[in-house]
Amino acid sequence: MSSVNAAHSVVEPSRTSKRIAATIVIAYAVITMIPLVWIVLTSFKSPPDSISYPPKIVFQPTLEGYCNLFTTRTRQTPEYITSLGAPTSTCDEITRSRNMVIAGPSNYWPRFQNSLVIAFGSTFLAVSLGTLAAYGFSRFKVPLAEDLLFFILSTRMMPPIAVAIPIYLMYRQLGLSDTALGMILLYTAVNVSLAVWLLKGFIDEIPREYEEAAMIDGYTRMQAFFKVVLPQATTGIAATAIFCLIFAWNEYAFAVLLTSGAAQTAPPFIPTIIGEGGQDWPAVAAGTTIFVVPILVFTILLRKQLLRGITFGAVRK
Amino acid sequence: MTARIRKRTGQFFRMRRFKTQVKSVTDTSSTILGEAVARATPAPIASRIRGLSDRSMAWLFITPAIALLLAVNIFPLIWAIYLSFTNFRANRPNAALESVGFSNYSRVLNDPNIWQAMQTTAHFVFWTILLQTLIGFSLAYLIDRKFRGHAFWTTIILVPMMLSPAVVGNFWRFLYQPQIGLFNHIVSFLTGIPPSSFEMLGSVRLSPWAIIIVDTWMWTPYVMLICLAGLRSIPDYIYEAAEVDRASLWRQFWSITLPMALPFIMLAVLFRGIENFKMFDMVTLLTGGGPGSTTEVASITLKREAFESWRTGRASAFAIILFVAVFGLANIYVKALNKVKQR
Repeated sequence: MSSVNAAHSVVEPSRTSKRIAATIVIAYAVITMIPLVWIVLTSFKSPPDSISYPPKIVFQPTLEGYCNLFTTRTRQTPEYITSLGAPTSTCDEITRSRNMVIAGPSNYWPRFQNSLVIAFGSTFLAVSLGTLAAYGFSRFKVPLAEDLLFFILSTRMMPPIAVAIPIYLMYRQLGLSDTALGMILLYTAVNVSLAVWLLKGFIDEIPREYEEAAMIDGYTRMQAFFKVVLPQATTGIAATAIFCLIFAWNEYAFAVLLTSGAAQTAPPFIPTIIGEGGQDWPAVAAGTTIFVVPILVFTILLRKQLLRGITFGAVRK
Repeated sequence: MTARIRKRTGQFFRMRRFKTQVKSVTDTSSTILGEAVARATPAPIASRIRGLSDRSMAWLFITPAIALLLAVNIFPLIWAIYLSFTNFRANRPNAALESVGFSNYSRVLNDPNIWQAMQTTAHFVFWTILLQTLIGFSLAYLIDRKFRGHAFWTTIILVPMMLSPAVVGNFWRFLYQPQIGLFNHIVSFLTGIPPSSFEMLGSVRLSPWAIIIVDTWMWTPYVMLICLAGLRSIPDYIYEAAEVDRASLWRQFWSITLPMALPFIMLAVLFRGIENFKMFDMVTLLTGGGPGSTTEVASITLKREAFESWRTGRASAFAIILFVAVFGLANIYVKALNKVKQR
């Protein structure tokens, strides 16, 4: 804030206007965080606390939501529970206090693993194919380049359900429905469009002269690409990868229509977490919290690249 | 800067070393005849022998991505076009396939339910875009006052748009519960209306607004970010000139800020418009299209036709109509956007 008395202070906003702006923006930020804070708070509530009237802000925190998220439980008689001996874990203790015993692990962890495999797999593929294509579009005279690029972009305009109908039929024929491979291919295809557009922008900014110098020195085009362009494009590739990852991580429409068991990801699974008498909200909140944390970390890492990623590179800072 | 130069020179030397290595290999293995041929060959041909031509290189780079898009996006689309002219039903794959001409299309276009869904979608798209643009632009304008800590608060505001609409939409169902949900209690705290006197998700009048509120909460930061880029692209000297001419702040806003940020605002509207036209995940989990069909947006109707009624042929026709509509509107809009940009 050293610029208050600087020469160009003629356009520097006045102190009062800054103070008013800060108040409104901070108020908005606080309001916008309320639902997220509520998710985290709910995940540490007991089921009765979570559905109390009026909603409780002060409560006894418990890990019950997280225990319920990762386990399936059966109701037992108190006699049976006392006959079991000492509880082996915190979750065991919490479950028994509700007259239940842990029957086994829930499906959350396998679904979360599916999310990891599918999101990272498709991101890797999309970025690899996208980098190659972006380099091709950036450096060579591709016939109909403009049309091809627009075609690539337009694949993003189709409603996911419209794409899902033929994909559903095609995957059924090929035996790809409810497989991780099928989902990886689908997400890769969706993400490739974003990857090509973003990476083309990044690669356009790397001067051609570097590769030309390398090729004069005896590099082939491929060597120049791998040894000169790729290292220069690392930041762009990393940013693109995170955007692809976020899409694949958050995607719901394809996942709910094309997977049902083995390859189901976390987003279609979380809303199906039910306890006794409806949704088990602390468990849902716990599942949501765990699912959302990686994205929060990425948002903070990414804040400088965010603009490019969400506008297909149409706007640069 | 110096570090960057050092990096570049380092690369240069690595290249040199690589070149000499290559040379030493060829020196030992090449024959005198080979060298003579190489020396005699004109440069363009030499490059053609050494590697592929630029054109084939280009295809080598581009083909994998295009091939994948053709296989997973375009081939299914063509298949959907084909199916839209048949009476195919995905739950009866062995039934005889009959060509039905354009009757699927005429049925879709004459179906009052589908027009109802289109109206619901239009209502949703209109209000979300209006609210998000107003709030998003105002926030961007305020953040551009560059108060202390504005970068931190901007990052906080950006968080909702990064989250999964399905997972977060599902949680909003909890926030909207009339007795136990936080939303009703906050409204009650602010206005004095009893919290259990209204149901955001259960009432025909309020449920369209329930989905608009969640979408606005999620995507206002998106519009804000693009508007912020627009505001920051306006050079300081224009404001300085206006200041010298004693233009009022009001005048500066309407004559400089708004017109110069307009292409960015329009871009944000385009992206949000396309996204919300396709809206499926958040609304499905929040209301499932209900109560009745008051929040049944086009994608939900499409899903019902395709995966619940299993009228695959008719659903395909509807899908094609939707795609053509988005594509056509987006194209018209981009033309308008380009005109504004050139001004």
